[in-house]
Amino acid sequence: MAENTEKATIIVHSGDMDKVYSALIIGNGALAMGMEVSLFFTFWGLQRLKKGGLEKGPLSKMHMFGLGKWMINRKMKAAKVASLEKMIQDFKELGGKILACDMTMDIMGIKAEDLRQDLISDYCGVGTYLDDARDSKITLFIS
Amino acid sequence: MPEIKVDSNVDICPADMKVNCVGETCPVPLVETRKALRKAREGDIVEVTGTHPASKKEIPMAVKALGLKLLSVDETDGVWKIRIQR
Repeated sequence: MAENTEKATIIVHSGDMDKVYSALIIGNGALAMGMEVSLFFTFWGLQRLKKGGLEKGPLSKMHMFGLGKWMINRKMKAAKVASLEKMIQDFKELGGKILACDMTMDIMGIKAEDLRQDLISDYCGVGTYLDDARDSKITLFIS
Repeated sequence: MPEIKVDSNVDICPADMKVNCVGETCPVPLVETRKALRKAREGDIVEVTGTHPASKKEIPMAVKALGLKLLSVDETDGVWKIRIQR
């Protein structure tokens, strides 16, 4: 394995389905290529870590009260795109870290027990993100 | 006491180190390759087959980034086979 591991840190600010896909695809790709990866779930992104919430995000465009999402889901199934659940399980299996923004939890009245605690490595603030991001090769904000 | 040496030039691929990604799309072939490589011991050979065109280029990139040995990349009738030694 490579000796000095490079890092990628990604802020998942959006809870839109397509954007959570982006975050997990990039995260899994980076892990597969030997990087260390942290995903910081904040604001609308954190909603997706609620129990039963992962697949609940709307499409960022052309959602059309769910019709657009239904159509895209069908096309994604036909193209054999993995589900968000499989992607997040792969992310964990490859050693990725998932962090939950505790300020979002306060604002939105989300308790730790409302969230998928099995997935979350830590509940933290901006300092933890910066501590990771300052020596990361890649850092992204998905809004 | 004599040192016991294990021959790492295994030319038989253990069944569990074969990864079938035929029909899978981004990022599954890359992710499944990495999962297998994490399970492999040093010297083990991982053989990945698939059809996703970009993965044929990207898996070798990952192999290079991981500092592992790319043994071969072949393709017949749109199905590629990549062999990697950990």
